[in-house]
Amino acid sequence: MNSNVLQLMEQMKNEKINCSLMEVCGTHTMAIAKSGIRGILPDNIRLLTGPGCPVCVTSQADIDAAIELSCHPDVILVTFGDMMRVPGSKGSLQEARSQGADIRIVYSPLETLEIARENPRRQVVFLGIGFETTAPTVAATVQRADQLKLKNLSVYSVHKLVPPVLRAIFTDKTVQVDGLICPGHVSVVTGIYPFAELAVQFQKPMVITGFDPEDILQGIALLIGQLKSGEAKAELQYRRAVRPEGNPTARQLLTQVFEPVDALWRGLGAIPASGLNFNIHYRDYDARRRFQIEVGNETEIPGCSCGAVLSGKLEPDQCPLFGNACTPIQPVGPCMVSQEGACAATYRYQLLRR
Amino acid sequence: MKHSHILLAHGSGGRLSQQLIEEMFVSSFDKHAVPRELNDGAVLALPPGKVVMSTDSFVISPLFFPGGDIGKLAVSGTVNDLVACGSRPLYLSTAFILEEGFSLDSLRRIVQSMADTARLAGVELVTGDTKVVEKGSVDQIFINTAGIGVVPDGVVYQPGRINAGDRVLVTGTIGDHGLTILAEREGFKFNTPVTSDCAPLHEIGQSLQPFGEKVHCMRDPTRGGLATVLNELAVQAGLGIQVEEERIPILDAVRSACNMLGMDPLYMANEGKMVIICEPGISEKVLSTLRSIDVSKNATDIGEVISQPAGMVLIKTALGIERILTALEGEHVPRIC
Amino acid sequence: MCLGVPGQIIEIQPDLGAVADIDGNQVTISVALLPEVEIGDYVLIHAGFAMEIIDLQLAIETKQLLQELQELNK
Repeated sequence: MNSNVLQLMEQMKNEKINCSLMEVCGTHTMAIAKSGIRGILPDNIRLLTGPGCPVCVTSQADIDAAIELSCHPDVILVTFGDMMRVPGSKGSLQEARSQGADIRIVYSPLETLEIARENPRRQVVFLGIGFETTAPTVAATVQRADQLKLKNLSVYSVHKLVPPVLRAIFTDKTVQVDGLICPGHVSVVTGIYPFAELAVQFQKPMVITGFDPEDILQGIALLIGQLKSGEAKAELQYRRAVRPEGNPTARQLLTQVFEPVDALWRGLGAIPASGLNFNIHYRDYDARRRFQIEVGNETEIPGCSCGAVLSGKLEPDQCPLFGNACTPIQPVGPCMVSQEGACAATYRYQLLRR
Repeated sequence: MKHSHILLAHGSGGRLSQQLIEEMFVSSFDKHAVPRELNDGAVLALPPGKVVMSTDSFVISPLFFPGGDIGKLAVSGTVNDLVACGSRPLYLSTAFILEEGFSLDSLRRIVQSMADTARLAGVELVTGDTKVVEKGSVDQIFINTAGIGVVPDGVVYQPGRINAGDRVLVTGTIGDHGLTILAEREGFKFNTPVTSDCAPLHEIGQSLQPFGEKVHCMRDPTRGGLATVLNELAVQAGLGIQVEEERIPILDAVRSACNMLGMDPLYMANEGKMVIICEPGISEKVLSTLRSIDVSKNATDIGEVISQPAGMVLIKTALGIERILTALEGEHVPRIC
Repeated sequence: MCLGVPGQIIEIQPDLGAVADIDGNQVTISVALLPEVEIGDYVLIHAGFAMEIIDLQLAIETKQLLQELQELNK
């Protein structure tokens, strides 16, 4: 396999095939930007960024709701660091914290258990972002909280699922995506089957890819290989970490704690059964119920094209705000916020090319 | 002293204040110097040369960490700023803002640490101030140090002296202090073999003095890390900097812990390192000089100064491709994505 | 959307806990998602949880490819 891939790499530099490959996962966006892989690929092979970035697809309305919650003097809002700078319609979590909201950053959802124990008189609310990789960790945390009878802990779940959004992207006839670099760690949980189903249904090659530069190069090479031979199947490049059947324990936890719900994806709209919220057994942990939160409407930001970028319809530099009103230092939309979000990554890459 | 904790009265200027100053500060700081009268200020003799002054405040938490504490940091931090300006550090002032209820034992440890570090660096702590504020007004202890140094002839370290073609050196492994502090914080606990690199770098300053004007600039990559400092230098010099990822020395434990947390060693604080920019002709000699000193034994050439793109830092990745290395935007926080 | 790093399990703890070694860092994690894990296993760690056991042989093969690529670029 190795020397074949090296040959493909060399060929790739001279490759005439015209294709757009979407990398679904925010971590892939990061890895591709950090390693500089775009510099190896010729212009006729385009890498599009997809909607697999929790920072980018959490709706403004949900961020606004989280910020409002955090302003209650009784509430400690706990979040992954990724969400701090993402703008809602009236500012970000970071700004709310600077104005006195008690917002804490954690690496693992398990840290909320300690925070809840140490602050028995306050309500600890965890902002649950992430896809099939992270949702089981939150499910496990909530089960532990239940065992420990921690009554002051709840989760505002904005967890989302990957296959439904991919389905939505492929169903949209205005999108031109020829193949998918599939998320390696989501697949650790889901296994290969959901992607195999999509590959057959929409006749698009898919490769479940790891995150090191060599993984991504292998993944791209395998996609090009399939495109050239007219195949459309789900292949597993990230074999060292992904079992074809996925992680059944993790999936079982998801079923025990959550259920699929309709979810609002920022810039993409509502997608049925694409989100996760607590099922009847764990609904006491649902922060929306506990605090009777009614989520407002999305505010359109004139000119912001994050939705089109996230679904592969527009490249970042085709957004009217790109590079002038919207830059990494003063981001308007989420794609520019995350250090290596689609627009932020393109912005820096373009600066270099100039 | 009878009390075990700081009282508001310790800051009021009365008898307790005097006691605190005498028994805590003067007795530690003045051990090796000619005893000075306790005046409002210190009258100092300076050798000839340009005078450099620098100040910094230290508000870190935790106060004690593997490899150092806030006291060692407070002295090293200002000493290193003076070294980066090309001066020989001579005198330090120190001001304490103490929270009511702060442990006197902790204060004693911190002050001793400051005295030890000052002695090591060859600087005198000559004047100071103490204030005590109500509980909750500061987080335990804040320390400010200000320092004076004198620049020897032939030494000028300024971004304006940097030229295209200059070599960019770093005096050792990157990210150690930042990671140590991270591992000590509340929350996700992990034990790391890494310790803070906190140290005064006066020996680096002394050892590079013979190279005179061929060393163009120095800066210590503290908050914001190596990437931020390189960007500052590029902008201030009006030139570009290009570094090679593979050459930047990073401990495996630092790299892996950062991978786990979604953080980047290039943005983590360092408290015992220097970035040195010098003429290409002397860089090998500079490196061997640095490597003969303990604090810079892992000194490495990581790249060069280029004329374009001005004001930007480029990094050549493991795949051999160049990308832009930006300064830190916002807070550097753990991520899952 | 998911950062994950490899670590080696060096200790199993009660209540579905474990200690993993990541290049010398010793990290306390949960094995609630991978209860079958054993001391010596290499696991993928995400958000403080072991997610899956890593096949070391396959990991080594992928690293070798990167080295070959680096040689190619020189």
